[in-house]
Order: sequence, then structure tokens, then C-alpha cells
Amino acid sequence: MNITLQVWRQESADRPGRFVTYQVTDIEPDMSFLEMLDVLNERLIAQGEEPIAFDHDCREGICGSCGVMIDGLPHGPQLGTATCQLHMRKFRDGDTIVVEPWRAAAFPVIKDLVVDRSAFDKIIEAGGYISVDTGSAPDANLIPVPKEVADTAFDAAACIGCGACVAACPNGAANLFTAAKVAHLNLLPQGQAERWRRTEAMVETMEQYFGSCTNHGECEKACPKGISIDFIAMMNRDYAKAKVKNRRLLSQSN
Amino acid sequence: MTYTISSRQLDSKIPGGPLEDKWENHKFSIRLVNPNNKRKFKIIVVGTGLAGASAAATLGELGYNVEVFTFHDSPRRAHSIAAQGGINAAKNYHNDGDSVFRLFYDTIKGGDYRSREANVYRLADVSLNIIDQCTAQGVPFAREYGGYLDNRSFGGAQVSRTFYARGQTGQQLLLGAYQALLRQVAAGTVKLHRRTEMLDLVVKDGRAVGIVTRDLISGEIRSHSAHAVVLATGGYANVFFLSTNAMASNVTAAWRAHRRGAAFANPCFTQIHPTCIPQSDEFQSKLTLMSESLRNDGRIWVPKRADDNRPPDQIPEEDRDYYLERMYPAFGNLVPRDVASRAAKRMVDAGKGVGPLKNGVYLDFSHAIERLGIDVIADRYGNLFEMYERITDENPYKVPMRIYPAPHYTMGGLWVDYNLMTTIPGLYALGEANFSDHGANRLGASALMQGLADGYFILPYTIGDYLADFLGDPVVPTDDPAFREVEDEVRGRISGYLNTGGTRSVDWFHRELGKILWDHCGMSRNEEGLKKALAEIPALYEEFKRDVRVLGTNESLNQSLEKAGRVDDFFELAQLMCLDALHREESAGGHFREEYQTEEGEALRRDDLFAYVAAWEWTGNPQAPALIKEPLEFEYVTPSTRSYK
Repeated sequence: MNITLQVWRQESADRPGRFVTYQVTDIEPDMSFLEMLDVLNERLIAQGEEPIAFDHDCREGICGSCGVMIDGLPHGPQLGTATCQLHMRKFRDGDTIVVEPWRAAAFPVIKDLVVDRSAFDKIIEAGGYISVDTGSAPDANLIPVPKEVADTAFDAAACIGCGACVAACPNGAANLFTAAKVAHLNLLPQGQAERWRRTEAMVETMEQYFGSCTNHGECEKACPKGISIDFIAMMNRDYAKAKVKNRRLLSQSN
Repeated sequence: MTYTISSRQLDSKIPGGPLEDKWENHKFSIRLVNPNNKRKFKIIVVGTGLAGASAAATLGELGYNVEVFTFHDSPRRAHSIAAQGGINAAKNYHNDGDSVFRLFYDTIKGGDYRSREANVYRLADVSLNIIDQCTAQGVPFAREYGGYLDNRSFGGAQVSRTFYARGQTGQQLLLGAYQALLRQVAAGTVKLHRRTEMLDLVVKDGRAVGIVTRDLISGEIRSHSAHAVVLATGGYANVFFLSTNAMASNVTAAWRAHRRGAAFANPCFTQIHPTCIPQSDEFQSKLTLMSESLRNDGRIWVPKRADDNRPPDQIPEEDRDYYLERMYPAFGNLVPRDVASRAAKRMVDAGKGVGPLKNGVYLDFSHAIERLGIDVIADRYGNLFEMYERITDENPYKVPMRIYPAPHYTMGGLWVDYNLMTTIPGLYALGEANFSDHGANRLGASALMQGLADGYFILPYTIGDYLADFLGDPVVPTDDPAFREVEDEVRGRISGYLNTGGTRSVDWFHRELGKILWDHCGMSRNEEGLKKALAEIPALYEEFKRDVRVLGTNESLNQSLEKAGRVDDFFELAQLMCLDALHREESAGGHFREEYQTEEGEALRRDDLFAYVAAWEWTGNPQAPALIKEPLEFEYVTPSTRSYK
């Protein structure tokens, strides 16, 4: 295959960027998108040009490091697939492909296709955990969790923190990311003690860094793990409840 | 390359008393640091995988003053995240006869009797606490309809003791540890350094006193001082270039510590995982693992006849060889990894390989689908099947998967004593970075167990015993000459790479190095091949030093520069691996020397000569390391020839 790439090159955060066009010839359809970039980089090095910087690591779609806009879509055209698992067979010979970094004010560009996603960690720091010091846990089977609950919590917990949801959102909102963690922990019995405090703290921290959700639904479509926007509804419900909950009565179920 | 025998002795500090009481006795006899004094001690933790994140979080909870370093953009990216299948624990929730002793026994046996009894028993013992801790953190382990935890079986065991979270157990456990870590970051007990890579260790008066790092964005070289340094920097399987490790996984932190005096143990014990997707072309950047859990329901086979080119659905049952079931009827498809890998290699070497490059064997789910229905199989392995299809464009519900072994995990690593301290006082190594618990072969679902055991439940106790001596002592200031000298060396190395001005990329050298190692120090090894590798690697290394091309500057994000340092260290490690493999004239676990095999082609251990840990000391001359032998004694398990028949 032969393709034309238009790649965003930017030296550093404080320097202006630009698109640079590269002809990439003799590409195998069985290569992954990132392997295609590896090949291009090898050729650039041979020509004495600095290779394109991009984040990547596990190349199995689980670490969440990689992710670029491919023809305006986060992670490219294949649904439910991170950039590292997208293969060139999904493109046609002769295609022109535009490659950009995540577009979001909360994710400033560091270099070329690499962005700073540390705002995600701030949201987790605000309450994306269950406070249980090492050593203080009871026997695991003391807390039965209905299978449906465990499965749904898992569906939310599958988030890889790549940032595609933010990049896809016209508002640059991080509601799907935040909701995925809120739902994972708020659904489980272990997460009940901190449920209301967690929801308020995480939502309000999110609002400090990211835009606001207006229910476009682009995030769900872009998510490589197919995380449902139902979780955003759950988070919004819990956030509203959190504002009126009398926490001294937390141990009562209603 | 030759070696000398070191005059030094290693003290593994194994406590006395009966096996089951050693850890309890030890915890009581070692010194503690009073809760109010803990904040006076500064501890550096390098790496945020399962071991590093769990250690940093737990040390923070205890009140220590912790600084944690990751070269990723977030601690959550560490490669523990990619572990699929599960985590072992001797809970015996399924009433099938499991016990701490059985898990201990299986692990010692699975490791082919090349690990320490006391360490392994402790690992099996704390496995119970790990599951409790992770469940309380909200790790969404698989559950049965009654709401209780489910288990699956893994290779090398005849009980069902593996806890799992679909095919993403590592992810969920790591996120649990990451969340616990960020909770401490928010509480101010842990300071987190992102995109910061440790490039060297600083030793003063024989003790580890800090590290030198490079900020991967600004290029700033900086010193960090502490009372103790903990390395949780993972394994070195990427020395093979093609492996299932993440692209950035490397040996630099451990190797730099080795060069500063930490002995490196059993480097030749590397694990080749039997179920990976075969290589498809020359450009491949890494290999993808398919969880071992697939062997619960998948059946492995090849055509009986070599060069049988029929598609799998046209090969009738009588022309198929379900070779693992035939050779090992008791364990069948669930034999340990090293056994399964070598069997696959024998099939492919005999011309029975399948797929376009004839470099794989089939892993077939058609019988399981018939027996259990497609929904059950999808529930168990759905995400793995999807991943396989994304990569190969083949649907495993309809066509058998093709798999082949690939480098995956390294049992060798920094030598540590029972307290997880290396031979440098004040320097600890956890998780895959140390050599401690898996002997010559690791059982599936035991890496997650060990990383979390070390980080949550072992190091946080044992480190106090070392720190207790230094109460009231300030850390060594970072303007001390000890730090300045190391910083200068680091700067010198970096400018060396940038100024070489050669013609070939770092990746080119890495790939060539990987080919040599895979051919001669991979799934099977022999004297001739190892000697050849020991001649070829130094030649390639010289070429690397002369001809590598690293463009750009130090003062910005420069991924080629990062790789150059890592590959440089892989070159030195690769030579030690081959030397270790050459000196170990026996076959044990993942180390298969062709000269030492039974008539049936199984590994032949030589306990009379090699029942020891080979700990290698840096002598200053990479061509002449010194060997220290730590004898292994077996009081509770009698080493026997492993049989999975």
C-alpha cells in the first residue's frame, strides 16, 4: 500500500505547529497504524529528520498511552479500537490520512502528537478510590456482590484513560471518563461509604479542568472500550442526590 | 567472555523456625519505626506497576515520606496493566483441596526447584491477604450468581485458584493500586514525578542514597536523595526486541543498580509464553499475548502430517495431533508454560506449523463451543477473541486461533534477600525486577500475586528494619560529590549518544540484538550457539557505539534518545544472560539446554551441581563478571523430575 500522511508537527508547547506531508510507500496491510508510523520514523531518521513523537506503550489497547486523531476521529475509523490496534487494512491504497494530537484545551500539546493528560489524574485524586489502608480488609467473600452489579461495575472500570472521549467532545468535557470511575465505585457495596463525597469531589474537580457535557454522545462512539453514556446519567443522578443527602443517615438504605 | 568465582558470601537472611512460622517470627523479630518517626524517613520508589504503586501507596499510608517516579505520563500506564488472565490465591473457596502449602508446593515445583522455600511459602501465605485487599478496594473480580468470587484454572495446578476480572485482571489490579497511590498523592504523603526516568543510582559509603533522573520533557538531569531506594521497574524481556512487553519496558534502572554493586541473579531464566499471536512480518514491533486462561477451554493441535496445507476445518479428527493431551494426559493443555512452549517449538520445527508462515499451532475452541455454547465462551474470553480478530482479521469463534511462544517474563533479576534488599544496603527490588520467587519458571497468574505481595505486604514491613538505624540522620544532600559525579556520568552518556552521528537507528540495533538472542538464548540453548552469541553481541555493540544515530537534542522530548540508553544497557545484559546460560550446564524451567534433556526431550536438571542461585557481581569489566553461588536447600519439598503426565 502507498499512502499520504498529513501529520501535525510541533516542536514544543510554546512553539507553533504545522501540518507536514509525508508519502509513505510500501506499507503492509497487516501492519498496525503505529507500526506504519514506526516505519515512517525509521525512514525519517535515515534521512536525517527528527522522528514524529507519539505516545504508545503496550500496543495491546489496554495501557491507554496511545491515541491520535485520524481523519478527525479519535483512534480512527474502527469502532471500539485504540490506535495501536487499528490496522492498515482498514485503509485503502492511495488514501490521504490526517493525523493530529488530541484536540482539547485540557490536554496541551507537549510535542508533535504527544499531549499532557495529567488532568485525568487530578480527577482520580479527588476521590476515585475506596479508602481502605493496606491490611484493613475483611475476607473477600464477606461482601457478596450480585453478578450483575459486578459485571456493570466492570463495564465502567474498563476505561483505559486514553482521553478519546475528551478529544471527541465538542466541549472538551471529561464526563465519560469521570462517570466511568464514579459508576465503577458507586455501584459496588464497598464504595457506598464514600459515595456522595466521592461524586461531588470528582465532578467538581472535573469541572475545574474540562468543559461541560451537553449530551452530544460523541464520547461513547469514540471510546475504544465502548463505555456507555448511561454512566454519565448515573453520575448526574448521584451528583444531584449528593447535594441533598444527609450523610449522618448514610447507613440507612433509603 | 569469562567469569571468576567471587569470594563474597550472600546472606539470604532466611529466618529460622518451621516453614509456616518463619514470616510471623521474622515480622516480630525485625525492628520497627515508630509511627511518629516514619515521616522523618524519605523513601524513593521507582516504577508504578503493581509492585511500585502498591509499595508507594502502602508506605504513604504508614506515614513515610515517599517520592515515586514513573516514565509514563501517568502511573496507570505501567505494563502490569496488560496482564490478562488472573491472580492466584490459596483461598480454597471452591473446596477442591487447595491450601497455602499446595500453592507453595505448586510454585516451587513449577519453578523447577530453583527458588527459595521460605520466600515462596511467604508468597503463598500472603496471597490470601491480597485478594481481600483488592476486593475491598473495589477491584471487580468475576463473581458467581450468588455474589461470591469465581475462580478459573491455570497451568501447572490441579486446583482452581485463579481470581480474575474478565481478561483484564492486571488492569483492574493496577487501577486498584493506582487509585490507592493517588489517594496518598492527594493526602500529601507521596510526591509523584511523571515522565521522569531513573538513569542511575547513587551509592555513598556503600549505601543507596538516591537516584539521578532525566525529565523526559525538559531533559533536565536531577538528583533525588532518600534514606532508601526501592526499584519496582519490571523485567527485561524486551532484550529480545520482539516480546509481549510494552515498548518502553527496559532493564536500565536494574542494570544501573547492578553496575553500582547490586548482584544480578539468574539472568538466563526467561519465560517464553506459549500462547501469543505468531509474528506476521518483518516490521512487527511487538508480539501480543493471548491469555493462558484460553488453555482452560481451547485445545491445542497441529496436523499429524508435516506440510499439511488444508485449512483447519478440512482436517478431520484422525489427522490432528492434540499433542499436549497425548504427551501429558494428566495436565493436558494445562501443562506449565515452559513445557507447552517447547512442545510447540518441536511441532513447528518438525514442519507441522500452521498459518501462512508455518510458524504457529492451533488453539481450537470448537469443542468448547459445542459443549458450553457460544455465550459461555464469549463471556469467558470475548475480549480476547475480539483482540485476536482485530490483529489477525480471523474470527476465532469460527477458525481456530494460531498461537506461538514469545518472550514474556523474566524470572531473573536483581538478587534480593528475604527482606527484598539487594546486595547494596538501602536498595530494594520488588516484583519482576527481583529474582526471588519463581525459580526457573513462573506459573501463570503468579506475577500479579508476587508484585502485590512484595508491594502491599512484604516491603512495608521489612524496610523498617533497615531504616531504624538512621533515625534522625538527614538524607545526603544532592550537592554532595557522590551525586555530582553520577550526574556528570549521566550527562556524558546522553551527549555521547547525541554526538555519535552514526547512520543506523536505535531500533535497528535493538532488532539485530533481539535476533541473536532469540536464535541462541531463546526457547532452547546450546553451548555452540551461546558461544556464537557471545562473539556476535560484542561486535554488534561496538558497531552500536560507533554508528548509532540519535537526532534532536537533550532539551526536549526525544524518544530516540530515551531508547538509546535502554538499548545500550540491553547490550550489556544480553552478554550476561548468555554467559549465565552457558555456565548453567543443566536444563531447568525456562532454561533449556539441548545437551541436558531426557530421552523424551524433557528438561534434565542437575541438582548435584546447579541447585543454586547464580548471582553475578559487576567487576567493572563487562567481559568478566564474578559469580556468587547461593545454595538452595529443600527441607519441605523433595526436588524431583517434574512430571505433568
